[in-house]
Amino acid sequence: MSLGLIIVLLISPLVGFLINGLFGKWLKGNEKLSGTIGALAVFISLICSIIAFVAINIDPAATLEGEDGFVYRWISGGKFSVDIGFHVDALTTVMLLVITGVGFLIHVYSIGYMHGDEGYTRYFAYLNLFVFAMLILVLGNNYLMMFVGWEGVGLCSYLLIGFWYEKQSATDAGKKAFIVNRIGDFGFLLGMFTLFAVFNSLDFTSIFSEAEAKSDVVVFGVNGLVLATMLLFVGAIGKSAQLPLYVWLPDAMEGPTPVSALIHAATMVTAGVYMIARSAVLYNLAGTGTVVAWIGVLTALFAAIIALKQNDIKRILAYSTVSQLGYMFVGVGIGAYASGIFHLVTHAFFKGLMFLTAGSVMHAMANELDIRKMGGLRNKLPITHATFLVGALAIAGAPFLSGFWSKDEILHSAWGNYKIIYIIGLATAFLTAFYMFRLIFVTFYGKSRVEPEVASHIHESPAVMWLPLVILAVPAALIGLLLGIGGHHSWFHHFTENVTGFKGEAPEGSAIPFMIISSIVGILGIAYAWTRYKERAPSDEPVNALQKLVANKFYVDEIYNTFIVQPIKNASHFLLWKLFDVGIIDGIVNGAAALIRVIGGLFRRLQTGVVQAYILSMVIGIVLFLAYYLFFAN
Amino acid sequence: MLLSLVIFLPLLGVIAIALLRGMGPSVVKGIAFVISLLTFVVSIGLYAGFDASIEDFQTDNELLYQKKAWITGLGISYHIGIDGISLWLILLTTFLTPVCILATWNSVEKGLSGFMMSLLALETGMLGVFCSLDLFLFFVFWESMLIPMYFLIGIWGGERRIYATIKFVLYTMAGSALMLVGILALYFQNGNSFDYTTLSGQFDHDSLLFLAFFIAFAIKVPLFPFHTWLPDAHVEAPTVGSVILAGVLLKMGTYGIIRFCLPLFPEAAKLHTPWIVTLAVIGIIYGALVAMVQPDLKKLVAYSSVSHLGFVVLGLFSQNHDAIQGSVLQMVNHGLSTGALFLLVGMIYERRHSRMIVDFGGLAKRMPIFAAIFLIVTLSSIGLPGLNGFVGEFMILLGSFVGGAFSKWYVVFATTGVILAAVYMLWMFQRVMFGKLDKTNEALPDLNSREIAVLVPILVFIVWIGVFPNTFLKPMETSVGKVVEKVQVVPNTPELGHVINHRDTKASLPIRNIENTKLIEEEAQTK
Repeated sequence: MSLGLIIVLLISPLVGFLINGLFGKWLKGNEKLSGTIGALAVFISLICSIIAFVAINIDPAATLEGEDGFVYRWISGGKFSVDIGFHVDALTTVMLLVITGVGFLIHVYSIGYMHGDEGYTRYFAYLNLFVFAMLILVLGNNYLMMFVGWEGVGLCSYLLIGFWYEKQSATDAGKKAFIVNRIGDFGFLLGMFTLFAVFNSLDFTSIFSEAEAKSDVVVFGVNGLVLATMLLFVGAIGKSAQLPLYVWLPDAMEGPTPVSALIHAATMVTAGVYMIARSAVLYNLAGTGTVVAWIGVLTALFAAIIALKQNDIKRILAYSTVSQLGYMFVGVGIGAYASGIFHLVTHAFFKGLMFLTAGSVMHAMANELDIRKMGGLRNKLPITHATFLVGALAIAGAPFLSGFWSKDEILHSAWGNYKIIYIIGLATAFLTAFYMFRLIFVTFYGKSRVEPEVASHIHESPAVMWLPLVILAVPAALIGLLLGIGGHHSWFHHFTENVTGFKGEAPEGSAIPFMIISSIVGILGIAYAWTRYKERAPSDEPVNALQKLVANKFYVDEIYNTFIVQPIKNASHFLLWKLFDVGIIDGIVNGAAALIRVIGGLFRRLQTGVVQAYILSMVIGIVLFLAYYLFFAN
Repeated sequence: MLLSLVIFLPLLGVIAIALLRGMGPSVVKGIAFVISLLTFVVSIGLYAGFDASIEDFQTDNELLYQKKAWITGLGISYHIGIDGISLWLILLTTFLTPVCILATWNSVEKGLSGFMMSLLALETGMLGVFCSLDLFLFFVFWESMLIPMYFLIGIWGGERRIYATIKFVLYTMAGSALMLVGILALYFQNGNSFDYTTLSGQFDHDSLLFLAFFIAFAIKVPLFPFHTWLPDAHVEAPTVGSVILAGVLLKMGTYGIIRFCLPLFPEAAKLHTPWIVTLAVIGIIYGALVAMVQPDLKKLVAYSSVSHLGFVVLGLFSQNHDAIQGSVLQMVNHGLSTGALFLLVGMIYERRHSRMIVDFGGLAKRMPIFAAIFLIVTLSSIGLPGLNGFVGEFMILLGSFVGGAFSKWYVVFATTGVILAAVYMLWMFQRVMFGKLDKTNEALPDLNSREIAVLVPILVFIVWIGVFPNTFLKPMETSVGKVVEKVQVVPNTPELGHVINHRDTKASLPIRNIENTKLIEEEAQTK
């Protein structure tokens, strides 16, 4: 594979960003042109990605790594140096296809969705910048470049969540996302320092090749690899919204819906999963995957529980994303890297699809988000309904649709050594099917609860919006079958396992019993939702304390605010600034000055300017001297 | 000769303005701008003539090095030269001065010629400090900077300008007095010579001498808890006063540390490292937390400087090449980012006559160009990868973590500064730029072309350093290496320090590593 291909792939969205960013003023009157430039930029990347993907499929050795991927030396000091360089292998190309494929469709969708928005060109500039940053994240051949992309997508996420910046809640959400992600990045940074302390390098190639030899180096009093992998995982917890740093993702829904689909479902939030798969060698040696898997499965369950009681269509999807990311971490955590990445791919399609359909619903409903004010929409929005149903069936694990294959692979792999994780995962699958179909039934079935003035305007979205939905529905339904058939012996497994370095032995026993169990659980979840919500909306008031707790998302935001945010703010204001800085330090400084003034003032009294007084003091002095010599000396 | 030209060209401008100031404000501004721009252009010649492979001062290059006897009886000479460290600080100074003059084009109403003369005289003083290789000359330039700065704040400053300027001068003078004692002590131990380049070896009372210099520099940095002059000085100073203060004057402190404290007194530096880096880390966190709650934009930026320079000091005392190089780069970075922040704050102050965050909100709608530039500068200050701040911060933290001159816990705590920087900057940005536009701010015009011209050059370097930092890192590499070599010759581990006499092993022990340590242990046992 040639370096030129990858450079074109990467630079194209950057060019799009610069055009829309710098010349937005002139493009403003021409929405079509602006949107087309944005979409075209990603389309070029998509073509390049397909070429790269096919090339590696034909010849697995056609990767781009080491010297071949070198572009230029970025930073060099005494011992430290790091390059701008690319690493493209099977795992990379899978990510590239997801990013540019889903990315392109969402750009096209956005042309219609953002129609008439004041910040139209700004939107496409940000979206292109995001794709550029995300591509750096997956293309880099070292951890620092990954971090560049990592922070870059964080920035775009910040800008796009707060896209409608006149809305306080939107800018609050954007800021929250950036700061919570920074907490994760704090871990990522320290993880990189630890890696450098162990390997004297941040390059993938040199780190992975020396990992085994240096697996017992001690840093900071603990095993270097254990420390590094755990710290990097802190970064993943932030970026991929896992416990306890998931709080930013539900709020991120303040951004335009296509952004939620692309950034907060399909691509950026999966960066943590990609990072762990990329670092598979380290996680295997360090044995820290178990922690990853446990955090993942607990997050999956926790977020699914919260999703049960939410009434905001996008927030339900957001908690669902948090939950599904948990599954992916279970996959990569237990060493089933290919399965984890597999779920990443299927999820990108079906969740991206569901967000876009949610956007279509909002588009029809004058930006209404509350599902209690919907109902019976399936007749008025047939395409939206049908495509949403495909996505929901896929996530619920309906037989032969995408989620069925990928989720089941993860659960099957977990059964071997992590039976408790398997059981929690299965329970979560039930909850997933339930809350997703609660959403479907309340929104699309039953009686219409739409307010009359909105009801008259309900219309199906224009073709530029529904066409991407239909196109996306196909892979959302079928990609699992395509990639997943054959289970652990599938083509996809062979393709990606070359990279992760983990030749996973297929879990014992046939996969079929597991598939049957999963299917039954999923169908039970759907059936239970049907019995409860086919005809009625969720009640407004939670009936008991537990429901109240869940409806209020376990008060996690409130707890963080009361016990962390406010104390820090208040202590900084009153203790550090007012008391310590102004009071004590400046008090001492000004006090010292005042003291000198007082002493000076005392001496000033001697300088009266009255000659008689000076003579008098001279006389007194002489008398004292004489007295001393006369009476005391000897 | 070229170096002298760079130093004294601005002074020529001062004289020219003094003679021609009767010809009206545009002539005065024109002279000031042309002269400062010329100085910048000439200073690029320094970069062109600079040989990065020479670790010492470029003594063979007549353009970049000059030594002439000045007061022979006292061993004082006019002795100037540059190395890879001072080179960038000189260029930063010559770069920021024309930017400042352009920025202040319409904002000085009274005493324009005096203002411009002060600014140019200040430039000469600052450049002199970075170039002096004679301790006496250094001190002369060091003190001479105070006078124009005193005028800039005291005459063209805000309401409490007299308090602020006296506080600033007294604080600095307190440090200078100590430094003067230190300089004299070195003079007598150096065979009655002020020549910096001949200073070497062990000095008597090196610990005290170290402190005399260090406190003078720590005040200038400012290192927590010597920082309380800074917020007052910034708030009262006119915009360009703040820019120069943050951009260059604060670097005098960190420059002094790397030029004097570390290479002259390596053992003392090592001895005092624990409490110094403790203060640096406290400064990082403290500065950030206090910045977070400031209602005044200028104060916020001032406290953020305390935080940022904490990183620089941490890196300087790490004994690690990467971290020290990061610190030098971060000096330049901070000059650019914080300088730009003060310019931006100045620009909205000129429109709205307020620096209070509560008076703003929603400006992004009326001032999109301002918003875009402000965002980039904010991100640079936060340390976003791809922009300048990240490279310096990352090298400092990584080098300090790996270097091992102090516990890794210092680095862990310092790294929290990365989170806090995002908190205080983004919160500020949100309150100023986002939200609903207030009625009183509806008429604010966006940046005009002069203002854009002021900011764009800074943006260019912000991106350049972020993407191609090696342009800046390479020329300083050997010079930093020399400092590191001097600092590292002292064995690191305290156990070894007990067994071995420092002076004996100093020459023979280039860099500490495991094999060397073993050798030393054997050597010690045979003794």
